[in-house]
Amino acid sequence: MNKQLFLGDEAIAQAAIDAGLSGVYSYPGTPSTEITEYIQNAVKTQCIASLQAVWCANEKTALETALGMSYAGKRTLSCMKHVGLNVAADAFMNIAMSGINGGMIIVTADDPSMHSSQNEQDNRVYGNFAMIPMFEPSNQQEAYDMVYEGYELSEKSGYPILLRITTRMAHSRAGVVTREMKPQNPVRVEKDAGSRYILLPANARKRFKILIEKQKEFLEASENSKYNRLFIPQPPKGGDGQQNAQSQSAKLPLEGKGVGIVACGLAFNYLQENFPNGFENPVLKISQYPLPKKQLLQLVEACDEILVLEDGYPVVEEQLKGYLGMGLKVHGRLDGTLQRDGELTPDKVRKALGLEVVSPYNVPEVVAMRPPALCAGCGHRDVYEALNEVLKEYENAKVFSDIGCYTLGALPPFRAIDSCIDMGASITMARGAADAGIFPAVAVIGDSTFTHSGMTGLLDCVNANANVLIIISDNETTGMTGGQDSAATGRIHDICKGIGVHPDHLKEIVPLKKNFEEMKKLIREEIEYPGVSVIVPCRECIQTYARKARNK
Amino acid sequence: MKTDIILAGVGGQGILSIAAVIGEAAIEDGLYMKQSEVHGMSQRGGDVQSHLRISDQPVASDLIPSGSADIIISLEPMEALRYLPYLKKDGWVVTNSKSFENIPNYPDKENVMEAYRLLPNKVILNVEQIAKDLGTPRSSNVVLLGAASPYLPIDFFKLENGIRSIFGKKGEEVVEMNLRALRVGAGKCIECLDR
Repeated sequence: MNKQLFLGDEAIAQAAIDAGLSGVYSYPGTPSTEITEYIQNAVKTQCIASLQAVWCANEKTALETALGMSYAGKRTLSCMKHVGLNVAADAFMNIAMSGINGGMIIVTADDPSMHSSQNEQDNRVYGNFAMIPMFEPSNQQEAYDMVYEGYELSEKSGYPILLRITTRMAHSRAGVVTREMKPQNPVRVEKDAGSRYILLPANARKRFKILIEKQKEFLEASENSKYNRLFIPQPPKGGDGQQNAQSQSAKLPLEGKGVGIVACGLAFNYLQENFPNGFENPVLKISQYPLPKKQLLQLVEACDEILVLEDGYPVVEEQLKGYLGMGLKVHGRLDGTLQRDGELTPDKVRKALGLEVVSPYNVPEVVAMRPPALCAGCGHRDVYEALNEVLKEYENAKVFSDIGCYTLGALPPFRAIDSCIDMGASITMARGAADAGIFPAVAVIGDSTFTHSGMTGLLDCVNANANVLIIISDNETTGMTGGQDSAATGRIHDICKGIGVHPDHLKEIVPLKKNFEEMKKLIREEIEYPGVSVIVPCRECIQTYARKARNK
Repeated sequence: MKTDIILAGVGGQGILSIAAVIGEAAIEDGLYMKQSEVHGMSQRGGDVQSHLRISDQPVASDLIPSGSADIIISLEPMEALRYLPYLKKDGWVVTNSKSFENIPNYPDKENVMEAYRLLPNKVILNVEQIAKDLGTPRSSNVVLLGAASPYLPIDFFKLENGIRSIFGKKGEEVVEMNLRALRVGAGKCIECLDR
């Protein structure tokens, strides 16, 4: 048995390759990035020439491209961070209507506790919304197996599968046993696909009825899934049912039949951690959705109360409790048994079980916060230094920024930006603020974010001749996620010109100390121009630059 | 047998290479392990940590519970202290003594060292200086790993194999340099304890 040490992300990637993957289409986003990177690397080192592994302009173009490949009968994968699925949601919701041909797995990597994100949305909500089957692995081996076997389930049912992982699963390593590599599917367009990919209302109505009908099949798959397991402990022998003082059993109210525990995905590990000698409460582990009704009924039958342990939102808890909370007695994130926000941990689970968490040592007061910062020598630094200098001359200047390394311009010593909402919102917010009378209204966006979601906003600005200055701080890569190819590299000038930015107000400069005065002058001039100006400070990311130098 | 290890440092210092060597050696040894690491935003000069759990039984949680780490290995003295709530009462802290000051409010170094006085079990070494003296300034993380090796549940020669396997791609010279750093680190730890 050959075990390999894989990150959760790498286990997913290797499983997809082994399952006969023909194409992965993604946009980088922590914590999902390593899946596509691993496959790209495998294509190079293992010479799997027929496998496409590419970064797309954004998550929506990625998912739609994957659908095209699935339409042609081949197995596809599309990976994104949780907020990426918002971008791809239009495609996602409608792929659930059309269904798929070649197997399709969509990975959503959620980020509870917001290690590298602007929210902690739980994309199991999307899975329920689209009414498709969903996996939530509890460990790296399960992640591998779910993907390896998931393609069969996807093809058999004719629907995509949403694989939900969290940061912890994505970025934790464990030994994984791999299986033999299957051949890729040939091109095989369905002859009888009929009109299912043409979602005109008349067809879509039919497709929706079919999707509703399919729910029974999805539920059955979930109830028969090896990933969902019910543990009913044997009653203690010879005792009168009283709890042993040394026992590790949950100390929640234990009158009557006691507490049953539902543990989803990783939460199951945290529960196990607290019961090293086996469970003393009935436990239902859930790693496949829709919720397995049969096992839930059995659990409820065996208990009076339910404790739900899940990472992210109280998705399962809400479903079990019902809106009015008048039926089953359910504990979890909604009643305060667990903290409502933040990543689940073994400590939080332990407290929810009524067990004590003991730390012999505290964090000494001397320990200071150490937030991340822009790297020394980074071009974004030069941009912010110049911008800050010029904006001192204006009383009401506002800087709308975006998602990327340059968001770190919010922190000292720069404190240079006033907003960071979502991919592309810098340009559109600047325009709205300018319309409202803010002057100067400046947008700061990175190159990759610009081609991801900034171009359409720029077109809006041009059409309205909005009085905005847009700085596209170009480091020729997708920096924050570790330096993946940027769809924008070498194209920004032509894109801006094509969208209609006046060539006299489309300026480029190299953000270096020696150009500091020139950069200031440029920024000042373009702020004073009453219309759309774009400045592109362009210098390669020092991380990718250093990496290239090392590899030479 | 179960050993819970917290690795700490500042983004870019190289804690993930230490984790990779230990992990490789553990898997080679047929042990179970889970290792949770930090990627993304914090890697830009922020505080980074990795939870490494090794056992002869399957490991449940990817994260170490509070009060149960056997050892904290840190490339930065203040960073080790950040994770003290994870440490067992009789756990060890093995840390670099050289501070990494990339924040304006970095505390007074004497106050940092004062906090160590409360800890019964610690090894504090300037691994950067040791690595420099060896002529291989980039191997300070491996010196630290060597210094922590007496507290790990893995035979020393298996750590050496881990080094060979992790650094093998970079050539024999890099492997030899890191093996030397590992051995010197282990020696310094023993010296430190003798004192």
